[in-house]
Amino acid sequence: MNLHVSSRDIGERTLDIVSGMKSLEGPLLPILHEIQAEFGYVPQECLPIIARELNLSRAEVHGVVTFYHDYRDHPTGRHVLKLCRAEACQSMGGDQLAERVKSLLGIDFHQTTLDGAVTLEPVYCLGLCSAAPAAMLDGEVHGRLDADAVKDLVAEVRA
Amino acid sequence: MRACEEVQGTFALTIEGRGFDSRVSAGMHENFLESECVSCGACVQACPITTLTEKSVIEIGQPEHSVVTTCAYCGVGCSFKAEMRGEELVRMVPWKDGQANRGHSCVKGRFAYGYSTHKERILNPMIREKISDPWREVSWEEALAHTAAEFRRLQYQYGRDAVGGITSSRCTNEETYLVQKLVRAGFGNNNVDTCARVCHSPTGYGLGATFGTSAGTQNFDSVEHTDVVIIIGANPTDGHPVFASRLKKRLRQGAKLIVVDPRRIDMVSSPHIKASHHLPLRPGTNVAVVTSLAHVIVTEGLYDEKFIRERCDWSEFEDWAAFVAEPHHSPEEVEKLSGVPAEEIRGAARLFATGGNGSIYYGLGVTEHSQGSTTVMAIANLAMATGNIGRPGVGVNPLRGQNNVQGSCDMGSFPHELPGYRHVSDDATRDIFEKLWGVTISNEPGLRIPNMLDAAVDGSFKGIYIQGEDILQSDPDTKHVSAGLAAMECVVVQDLFLNETANYAHVFLPGSTFLEKDGTFTNAERRINRVRKVMTPRNGYADWEVTQNLAKAMGLDWNYTHPSQIMDEIAATTPSFAMVSYDYLEKMGSVQWPCNEKAPLGSPIMHVNGFVRGKGKFIRTEYVATDEKTGPRFPLLLTTGRILSQYNVGAQTRRTDNVVWHEEDRLEIHPNDAEMRGVHDGSWVKLMSRSGDTTLRALITERVAPGVVYTTFHHPTTQANVITTDFSDWATNCPEYKVTAVQVSPSNGPSQWQVDYDEQARQSRRITGKMEAAE
Repeated sequence: MNLHVSSRDIGERTLDIVSGMKSLEGPLLPILHEIQAEFGYVPQECLPIIARELNLSRAEVHGVVTFYHDYRDHPTGRHVLKLCRAEACQSMGGDQLAERVKSLLGIDFHQTTLDGAVTLEPVYCLGLCSAAPAAMLDGEVHGRLDADAVKDLVAEVRA
Repeated sequence: MRACEEVQGTFALTIEGRGFDSRVSAGMHENFLESECVSCGACVQACPITTLTEKSVIEIGQPEHSVVTTCAYCGVGCSFKAEMRGEELVRMVPWKDGQANRGHSCVKGRFAYGYSTHKERILNPMIREKISDPWREVSWEEALAHTAAEFRRLQYQYGRDAVGGITSSRCTNEETYLVQKLVRAGFGNNNVDTCARVCHSPTGYGLGATFGTSAGTQNFDSVEHTDVVIIIGANPTDGHPVFASRLKKRLRQGAKLIVVDPRRIDMVSSPHIKASHHLPLRPGTNVAVVTSLAHVIVTEGLYDEKFIRERCDWSEFEDWAAFVAEPHHSPEEVEKLSGVPAEEIRGAARLFATGGNGSIYYGLGVTEHSQGSTTVMAIANLAMATGNIGRPGVGVNPLRGQNNVQGSCDMGSFPHELPGYRHVSDDATRDIFEKLWGVTISNEPGLRIPNMLDAAVDGSFKGIYIQGEDILQSDPDTKHVSAGLAAMECVVVQDLFLNETANYAHVFLPGSTFLEKDGTFTNAERRINRVRKVMTPRNGYADWEVTQNLAKAMGLDWNYTHPSQIMDEIAATTPSFAMVSYDYLEKMGSVQWPCNEKAPLGSPIMHVNGFVRGKGKFIRTEYVATDEKTGPRFPLLLTTGRILSQYNVGAQTRRTDNVVWHEEDRLEIHPNDAEMRGVHDGSWVKLMSRSGDTTLRALITERVAPGVVYTTFHHPTTQANVITTDFSDWATNCPEYKVTAVQVSPSNGPSQWQVDYDEQARQSRRITGKMEAAE
């Protein structure tokens, strides 16, 4: 994941992605996913290009992007750790767990550690209620977390 | 948001975020000026809880009474409710029962009315001996007596034909009728013309020759039934925004669109709108391309034989079919001169002929050419050959530029036509007016505007009465116009502001705005709409009263006390207006002419059971390249147009807050052409043609094709018409604004004439006893 792409590159790569996917039915969400996979976030300058190519207005694309929390408007750290904050996880000690993770990393939700290693985000919900409290690290889920398991996770991303 | 999407069709608004964080956002969380928003006001209109309200309501207060009237900008003719507080206009609200706009509006009609109270508006008559003198404010009596005496003197000294008049497409039908009556009955000649000369005279000629009436065939509602639309040489999203919104709505329902235009206009591709075919032709090749469309339809057997046999002359069709089938009209041949890929022409022709109800909408990009009339005929041929005439959803529709350009043509503003498009050589028609007016009318057509100017330069034409038109800025070859005006001894300008023409005037009569008078406007769909007075004229008189007083000063016995009496006279003399009266309009809201015993409810769609002229006439349309050609010295083609927030020469919109969108005219140029000449975005460039040169700033864009440049003509300091040539339509003298061979080069400041002109304009706007008018 390269964090320093010039805006010219972004334009060209966005165009490639859109051209490849615009024949899909309902192409906007898959395109945005692909863009986020490519750049790690959805750069603002992609939006007018997507709008033009899909024959939508800038406003419409903006509305969709801002509706989904999963689409980020800025780059993340090398890893993304998501803690499930929904009811089942809360009832299984999710709150304490979150506080512990925050203090271990020294950041709050939506923040990235100074060394650029990890970004912490809340999520509602991972659907792992039977294995609460749960978290997701770079797309991989982890269940039945306790203090030690969390410590291991943090050590892994810090490595 | 739904107003923006469903009514306006711009999709500029969205909801950003979700839940409690959701907010309405324009564009991508931009401010409104930078967003896609076009300020049509539809969301303000739709807001049920007045959270969105016009700022003027907060500044002035709640309106306490209102009057329904008609917008005075473009040819759509939107109905508005003018909401008043005393003598002050609080806001203009689109009128839901308006039969042209159905409750929608655009940024000009809804918000750009501030010019009526602008500080530069002139409210007192003024005269001066020489155009180098400062203006002197005088009483109405003195101004009119002076004008009458001057005109009489000029006629005595140089002959009856030495004076003439120009009617305005901005004024009401009644006012236009009076001006032509003044010329015909008072001056005793036919030297009357109108600004339609420079825009839609080819429409009158072309449609008159093929169908039998000089007007569009449909109402705007017809667009809701169309399946395939061809737009030629028009830019509806900017020029006729309310119509564009209605068209876009139909396109979103699935209708197909073909755009024939050198520029990639917004209709070609914008949110939820995509043209099936865009034919980016070289300026000046309209006839070749339209004839080529016909070639495909004829050679592939896609024409509607039943319709043609019933409605048209079959032998004329056969002759025309043989003509268009000639190999040099094939798309492959036409591609060589128009630059449009042959496959696009074939595809577009097939789509139009087989796609269901086919309608054609066209604008000044068709008419303002040396072959303007021919293109109109070619369009008419195309509609007849495909059977697309005489029912909802089809037809041939000129998009008229001014609010009342249709009306001013109807009212006999042309030197060869009396009201109702009847030739002056027709004895029966002349007889009607001669009896009523008690004068003899010449059976010889009078001078057209360009002829008047030629005659002035030659010394045989000495005086002119110009109502509400700025011929210096709007007519082609500015230097020729100014030479003509300078050669006259009495130029009378009646306008709201000291316009550019007034720099050469000897008498200035202040005009009134559409808010200050009663009357009617006729829009592009032949709809006669009432204009109602909402405030007393700040200059003292409505324009019709000024003309009447001038007539009285010249010794004519005119005693109209209300414009309704003028309309009664029009109805009594003109068959297509026979049933029209103010009482009737009051009852019906509006009617579309012809409105007479045969069609008491008016005629939304024309030629329903047969053409007005009997059989539809197919006319051969041979392409003749314009004499205006590119060469080594002038390798680029300049074409002109306008943008949404400004209107024509800008006399009105430049005096409103609309200038935030468009402070100056820019030259659009393709990146390749710009790079070759070392032109940067935003830098000053010199634009040169055979006629003259000017400077303006460049805007680099791919909207224009390589080899083509484009600019607007809203600002007098640019004067794009210094560049345009005096070539004109073969049939009607409609000037060829849309094609000029030019060269572009980097420049570091205004050209010499711009400096001189500025100085002269400043000099000629001096008014004794007042500070210099600052513009």
